[in-house]
Amino acid sequence: MGELIDDLLDGQHRALARVITKIENRSPGYRDLVRELHQHTGDADVVGITGSPGAGKSTLVDKMAAEYRERGLTVGVIAIDPSSPFTGGAVLGDRIRMASNVGDMDVFFRSMSARGQLGGVSTATTDAVKALDAFGKDKIIVETVGAGQNEIDIVRTADTVAVLVPPSSGDDVQMLKAGILEIGDVFVVNKADLDGADRTVSELKEMIMMRDASPAAGTGGYHGAGTDATDASGHHGPDEGGTAGGGGTDPDPSAEITGPGSAGTPGSTTDQGGPVETDEGEAWVPPVVQTVANTGEGVEGFLETLDGHRNFLERTGQLEAKTRKRYAEEIRRLLREDTRALLERELEAQGGIDAFVEDVMARETDPYTVADEVVQPLRDCLGGRSEDGA
Amino acid sequence: MSTEQEPEQRTIRCLVAKVGLDGHDRGAHVIARAFRDAGFEVIYSGLHKAPDEIVQAAVQEDVDVLGISILSGAHNTLVPKIVEGLKEYGAFEDTLIIVGGIIPEDDRPGLKEEGVAEIFGPGASMQETIDFVRENAHDR
Repeated sequence: MGELIDDLLDGQHRALARVITKIENRSPGYRDLVRELHQHTGDADVVGITGSPGAGKSTLVDKMAAEYRERGLTVGVIAIDPSSPFTGGAVLGDRIRMASNVGDMDVFFRSMSARGQLGGVSTATTDAVKALDAFGKDKIIVETVGAGQNEIDIVRTADTVAVLVPPSSGDDVQMLKAGILEIGDVFVVNKADLDGADRTVSELKEMIMMRDASPAAGTGGYHGAGTDATDASGHHGPDEGGTAGGGGTDPDPSAEITGPGSAGTPGSTTDQGGPVETDEGEAWVPPVVQTVANTGEGVEGFLETLDGHRNFLERTGQLEAKTRKRYAEEIRRLLREDTRALLERELEAQGGIDAFVEDVMARETDPYTVADEVVQPLRDCLGGRSEDGA
Repeated sequence: MSTEQEPEQRTIRCLVAKVGLDGHDRGAHVIARAFRDAGFEVIYSGLHKAPDEIVQAAVQEDVDVLGISILSGAHNTLVPKIVEGLKEYGAFEDTLIIVGGIIPEDDRPGLKEEGVAEIFGPGASMQETIDFVRENAHDR
């Protein structure tokens, strides 16, 4: 056990791979592994990539990894694919697209199956990210299943979440309103060389402005841009149309890319997203960037936008706040898992679920009463302890 | 600890690999799907992979099983390279290597000596292959 961790910290890929397997399988002792990993974590920058199937997530991740490597950074990638609800089997196909990083062990790519977890990101992902972090990866990219609206889980794992939207996805974009739109720190219109990309960009921008102007924005987590954004939407509405017309003939994604460099000019900042000043301080308006992942076009700018968000988080103290929130979530999740296991055991001890179901069917008892009974020992125990303490 | 939920059966992870110039992947797709339906987690390498790439994938994905599909006749060159690479990363010992495709009878003993656990030629049934994997890819 300790040896495996030592080997991992020593940079052995085999050990890293094995630790992730143990985490994934919830093998006996995996908790001790994660416990030991924790003190070596905290240095990696975690980016989440989500979006609908076919948006080009894997191809973009491949190019991102290549670009990070170009900059001398090491990369870990976790790609999550769906698993069959019937057999638990899965075909994990994202690796195929990692063509740019062939033979480069410093891009550690790991496929994970969702293993039936809702939200697309299995609970093991958080722990796998820790393993990559402890291993010393500078950048960790988590790519989700892309099944749709229940990708919110990725927010719990990543510092920055990028949502990919394919061009001409009017209906998809409508769908995004309810779920994914709230979790994106950056929006990427990939395949920007296709018809309709410009329209999708302006639709997205419009929705981001509306979102930030909505009354819920102030209470809705870390974004909460103020009225500046709304104004910008008003001013720039006509401009968007102009851009769309011009861009149709000669798409130049790089021209649209928001980099930290543009943050200095207030006009472009609100137009293209990024940090904005509000009455309550600095806020983040998700930029919309365009990429053509196939050719790598726009990827450099996209990464600068990601860095821009990271810097914003650090500068405003939101990174720490996020991390705190994440640990709180994690503790709660573990508590839920543990108590559930305890209660399962108690259920068995009291004769098993089937017996209770029989009684409920016979109208001798009801589900609420059963739950009360099963949880009673736990309640007594915890209640007793708090009384002792008082 | 009882709080760690043990899956009834550990998920078997398998890399289905196409190495070299051989451009036929129908068989690999069929086996990938059959493995999936058997409840395995299958990683498919895609076509035209170099031995190095297969080794990289097998090590990073920590697969229990490496299934190499070869129809091109280059097995005597490619399989040893993969085996060598796995050994380099200390992954050879607990990776079950199986080969599928067109392998002449004469070449089979040599491949097994290299470390291939079993060879499934044309006519081998899916169930046979799956059963073999279930029986041989276990505790490590």
